[in-house]
Formats: sequence, structure tokens, C-alpha cells
Amino acid sequence: MQQISLIKVAKSFGATLALREASFTAYRGEVVAICGENGAGKSTLMSILAGSRMPTLGHIEINGKTVLITSPHDAFDRGIRTVYQELSLLPDLSVAENLFLGELPVNGWGRIDWATLWADAGTEMVALGMPEIDVRRPAGDYPVAVQQMFEIAKAIRNKPELLILDEPTGVLTQRETDLLFAKIAELKAAGTIIFYISHRMEEVLEISDRVVVLKDGRSVDEAPADMMTHDRIIQSMVGRPLEKIYPPRVRDHGPVRMSVQGLRAPGVHDVSFDLKAGEILGFCGLVGSGRSEVMRAIFGADPRQGGDVVIDGVPLNAPTPKRAMAAGLGFVTEERKVDGLALDADVLDNAGLASMSRISRGPVLNRRAQRDMVFRQVQKLDLRPLELSYILRRMSGGNQQKVILAKWLLMQGLKVLILDEPTRGVDIATKVEIYRLIADLAAQGMGILLISSEMPEILGLAHRLCVMNSGRIVAEMVPEETNEHEIFVAAATVERPAA
Amino acid sequence: MTEQTLSQPQKEQRPPMSRAAKANILFGVGVVVLIIVTALMQEVFLTERNMVNVARQMVTTGLLSIGMYVVIRSGGIDLSVGSTVAFAGLLAAGLQETMPVGAAIAIALSVGVVVGLINGVLIAYMRLQPFIVTLAMMGAVRGALFIYSETPTYATDKFFLKTLGAGKIFGVVPVTFAIFLACIPVVWFFMNHTRSGRSIMAIGMNPETVRLAGVNVRAQTTLAYVICGFFAALAGVLLAARLGISQPSVGVAYELDAIAAVVIGGGILGGGGGTVGGMFGGVIALALIDNVLNLFNVQSYYQQIVKGVIILIAVLLRRKPDS
Repeated sequence: MQQISLIKVAKSFGATLALREASFTAYRGEVVAICGENGAGKSTLMSILAGSRMPTLGHIEINGKTVLITSPHDAFDRGIRTVYQELSLLPDLSVAENLFLGELPVNGWGRIDWATLWADAGTEMVALGMPEIDVRRPAGDYPVAVQQMFEIAKAIRNKPELLILDEPTGVLTQRETDLLFAKIAELKAAGTIIFYISHRMEEVLEISDRVVVLKDGRSVDEAPADMMTHDRIIQSMVGRPLEKIYPPRVRDHGPVRMSVQGLRAPGVHDVSFDLKAGEILGFCGLVGSGRSEVMRAIFGADPRQGGDVVIDGVPLNAPTPKRAMAAGLGFVTEERKVDGLALDADVLDNAGLASMSRISRGPVLNRRAQRDMVFRQVQKLDLRPLELSYILRRMSGGNQQKVILAKWLLMQGLKVLILDEPTRGVDIATKVEIYRLIADLAAQGMGILLISSEMPEILGLAHRLCVMNSGRIVAEMVPEETNEHEIFVAAATVERPAA
Repeated sequence: MTEQTLSQPQKEQRPPMSRAAKANILFGVGVVVLIIVTALMQEVFLTERNMVNVARQMVTTGLLSIGMYVVIRSGGIDLSVGSTVAFAGLLAAGLQETMPVGAAIAIALSVGVVVGLINGVLIAYMRLQPFIVTLAMMGAVRGALFIYSETPTYATDKFFLKTLGAGKIFGVVPVTFAIFLACIPVVWFFMNHTRSGRSIMAIGMNPETVRLAGVNVRAQTTLAYVICGFFAALAGVLLAARLGISQPSVGVAYELDAIAAVVIGGGILGGGGGTVGGMFGGVIALALIDNVLNLFNVQSYYQQIVKGVIILIAVLLRRKPDS
């Protein structure tokens, strides 16, 4: 493939225009980064190139000739390979079978030639820089990061003409990311065109030759990577200059709202802290440091092994989610699709789930009162579409998150709100709205526990922050007096065994 | 892959009709066409006698479908309802020799509740799979019944036979059918307008979300099976009253008709779909099809084929479009 061009490609789903006008060209051996917010049309664009969808308007040219990529099979035959964000491995099959699925080597009798399979798969893993992998073991035995590398290995096995990588590093650790980047350089030298989709600006600027920015389904900005800057990409993505993202910090704290003493749970060792009324307390730490586990243990989502939690003077021991709620706790969980939402239910049922007792007489629910109450709340949060019967699965991440926030804000007697990654997978405009909301809630006297993997978020919002490492709070800091580096050092330093 | 609605104003536009709604309309039209065609070709069809017959025959499947609907919405399934039908029928018919008929019926109904409770506890508290638990329960109850009585038990009570079994309100509507009809709005109200009902619906879609929203998911799940057991027992009592006789072999494979009715009405195994109205429509459709095929003297083997095809059509119509 010498070059591939998208010419005014558009795609609509019913009345929804997912892609309006995407035009750009990529040349042999080039890495083109595609940036854009959620909903900007990246996924749609990718699915058109991968053959799973046909463009409504516009067309694609390969080497100057108009082509129709009619099916995923067709895309495959043209040498187009895609690595999706979601894993598509069969966890119970061996690594080798996953790599060669559909093309398993067979002998003359049609029997699978296992020896060849193991050897070939082993070679692939060595070529990727992971010789330690036992290709005969089930793929599911390996951590997610390694599984993602299997996906990549599968895609690049036959040296594709065009490789599409959708957020490939989302789950990778530094080591695998380095291996991936080395492989990308190798493929590039061999002439493969690579479309690299990512949220991570640093990565995009490091790996790509050119950056294309999508906004509202249009390609709005394009430049060689060395002429692009972090700010320019964001500005093009959002479509307006970056004003103040974080609301002003107001430290007007009341008395202690929640006190946690000596909390112990699986992955949590002796955690103690106080949270004042009106305070936003941030929790930093690497994945697996115990941040989420602390919150789940406080709320009673997972059992505790010890420790005391007191909210407004009332102890909350032997907690269940029900008791925690009665004590005034709300909990926005880390993975909204796993345990935050019923994706096939509508806005009303999702947002009304934690407040049914407020509008019930005995066991009977007043559906009209529920409708009114939920509507007012989601209207306040500027939900779009503002439609109570809308099914959550069809909403964007930002709007799904608003529905979850509405659910907890409607809870009776909310005193402390736990927010675990409240802006993950949320577009920038909604992020800003959520930041405002958090600040407003604190200003009204609520206590906020905020977990985020995005350090700027914690540094911009929190009044105080705790750094967790191996299940313990290892440092307490004031955001204005610290920086990402200092936090990272505290979070990543390996603890010496206690003397 | 989610597609976000871009900043296109679409306030004026009514949302397009859902696939489920379209399927319901198609099904409704199909049933009406069936009725018209049959009425034109078979004079017997629209006679009072035949209609009373259809009404009576849908009671058992209907009551079982009510319970099955609740359980399926909770994300489960109950295969033991057919055995419960026989159990409750035997008790109601057999116990009336020795005690007032009201007490016999009460005991029969409470047996359904107990079976449901056991199912529910094993599923919700012991975290066993609903299919397996209720499959085991189906076999165990059935076996126990054959040990208890190999011969049929005849009902003798006058109220039981004449009023409950054979009685008609205003001389037209069979009492059993009236009871079934009365249960429909009750279940509709329960599922749509009580905290329990909404919780059960949500549990079928994501139990963890519901648990973290402070709902006692185990208790609510158990309740779904208890309700199902109760309606199965009620079906058993009314069937014994209509037939005047009960035997341990009654109700074999009845659970399949109930599941079929729920699925035809839009229910999804595993939770997340179907309405009470749809389920009711499914019950009516199945009963009409049975009756029509009988009137045309179609052999029962062919009847089974036709039913199978209809279930598949129902599921195909409601299939989620490929994304």
C-alpha cells in the first residue's frame, strides 16, 4: 500500500451523524495519530476502515484508486489489521491457537500440526520481545497487559499493509509499551501504514509522524507531529480555547464529617483519615495500591476486616451498602459499566435506583413522583438527550456518568460522596461540568472522597490529598505545594519490610 | 462501540419505534389474522363453547407464565413449576377428605411458596445456578410425588368442583379464567409500581449495581422464586378443580410452555426484556394456536412443530440489530 486516502467520508446512524466529513491521507511507512474526544467519530472511522461498516457518503482510495471495503474479511484480504480496545481473545484457548486462529497449520491428513504451531507461535513471541511466554498455556492465564500484546502479535503476524491501533496502551505497563513502540518502528521501516488512536498526548507526539484531530465527526486539524503541541491538539479537540478547567478552590471546611480509623480489608492495611464537611480529599496511587479497596470497604461493597468508620458521630460498622447509605454515604464506582449501571435499563430506572424509599408509601412506589424527581435532577445536570426513557447503553460515557451522579444526588441524606474515577472515559466538556459539580457539592458542606488516576485532576480539585502505596496511606500532601513527580515518587517507592 | 448523538437538535422527532414494539404489533396482527381466517373456515371457532374452552385451557399456562415472567425478569429461570403444579394439585384434592377445603387449598398454595423459597435460597444465598437448582427441584419433587401416591386422587368437595372448577361468572366467564385475569394487573402493579418489582427488574439487568444501590438483592431474588412457586401452586389447585382429579404425572413439561409464552411476549432469558402485557399476549397466542390446530384436526406432533416455529419467529423478530 503506497497511500490510503479518506475523501469526505461520512457515516450516519438513523438521524445521528457519527461522522460528517473526514478527509486525510496517509503514506507508506507513516504513523498517523488520530485524536478526538469520545464521540468525535474515531470508532466509526476505524470500523469503516476495518470493513465492519460502509460509509454513507464519501469514499476511500488506496494507491489512488477508489475502493469499497465491503466486509471485515475484505479488509483482512487487503492487509488491513485492527487491534481494538476490547480484548477479543478466547481466554481458554492456548496463546498459540489465538495467534493463528483461522490459519492453524495442518498436516496432510487435516490434523492440526501442533509442533509447528507451538514453534511458530514461539517465534512470534520472541520477535515481539517476549520470549518468556509459554504459547501452550491458555491466553487467559496471562495478565490483561500481556493479553493485549497477544492481540497485537496476532495483528502484525503477517506484516499488515495498514495497522489500526485503538488505544493500544490503555492497559499496557511501561515495559510492554516500549516493546510495542519498538515494533511500530520496525513495521514503519518495512512500509506499514499505522493509524494510532490514543488519548495520551505525550504518546501521540512521541510515536506519530502526523496528527489528525477529529471533532464532531470532522477532521478539523492536521499537522506534522513536530509542529503539533499538546495544547494545540486539545484546543482543536475541544474547539475553543482552554479556559480555566478547574473551579476556584474554596477551603471553607466545617467539622469532621467522616472519620476512618485503622481500616483493614483485603489489600488495605491500617488506613486512617478524617474528612471535614466541605472538604475534597483526593486519593492518589498506582493501580492496585488499594485506593478503590479502601472506598469499597468503607461503603460495605466488600467486607471489612477491622477498623472504625464514624459519620457525623454515628458509627458505621459491619456495613452493607444499605447501611452505608442510611448513614449518608454515596458511592460512584470505578467501572460504571460493571457495577454502576444497568445498561439495558433507561435513565429513569437507573437514576431512581438509590432513592426509591423517598417516594414510596410502604412497598408502593409513586412512579409519577419518581419521574418528576429524576427529571429535575438530570435536567440540572444537563443530561443529553433529556429523555427519561433513553436506554443507557446508547448514551455517551459523559452522559452515563451524569445518570450515575444523579442517582446518588437523589439519595436521601447524602453527607459524604465517594467518587472513584468520576471522569474516566468522559469527554472534556462533561469533565469540566463534573468538576464544577464536585466543587459546588463541597461548598454546600458535603464531604467528597475523590479517586483519580489523572493527577492533574486531583491536583486541580482536591483540598488535600493522600498518596496510597501497597494498601497504606504513605503521604499526605497539599496540592498547591506538591507536583506530579513528588506524588509519583511516593506512590511508586517500594516499601522496605518493616524492621 | 457507542455512537454519540452529535449536536443535532432532534427534539421534535419522536424516537423511532423500538424493535420490540414493532414485533408486538406484528404478532398482534398475526393473531388477529389467525382469528379471522379460522372464524371464516370453522364455524365452531367463535362459539361460546369453544371460547370458554380456550379461556379455561389458558389458565394453567397463564398462571405459570406470570410466575415465570417474574423469575425471568430477575435474570433466572424456574424449571420446577410443572412439578409444583402436580404437588399442589395432589394436596388440594387429597386433603379435602380430612379438612375444610379452604385449609386444603391454603396448604397446597403454601407448598408452592416453600418450593419457591428453597429454590430462591439455593440460588440467591448459596449462589447456585437457577437452571441447575430448579432442574434438581423438578426431579426431586416429581419423584417424591410418585412415592406419595401412584394412583390418581379424586376431588370430592362440592365447592371445589362446582364453583371453583366448573363455575362460571354470569354464566359465561369460567371462574378459573377470572382468577387468572385478576392476577394480571396485580403482577403488573407489582413489577412496575413497587420497590420490590423495580428492584427485581433491575437485578435482571445488573445485580451488582442494584446491590451497591442499597437493595437486598438476595432477598429480592428469593422473592421472585417464591412468587413463581406460589403461582405454580395456584395453577395446580385450579387445574385439579377443573379436572376433578389429580395425579403425580400432571404438569410434565408445562414449564416449557410458560417459558415460551414469556419469550413470545418479549422476555429475554437472563433478564432485561419483556412486559407483563407482552407475556399475557404470549399466553393468548399459544392458547389460540393450540385451539386452532385442534379445530383443523392437526395431529399433536405437528402442533409441536408449529409451536416451535412460532417461538423461533418470535425470537427472530425481536433479535437485536447487528451493531
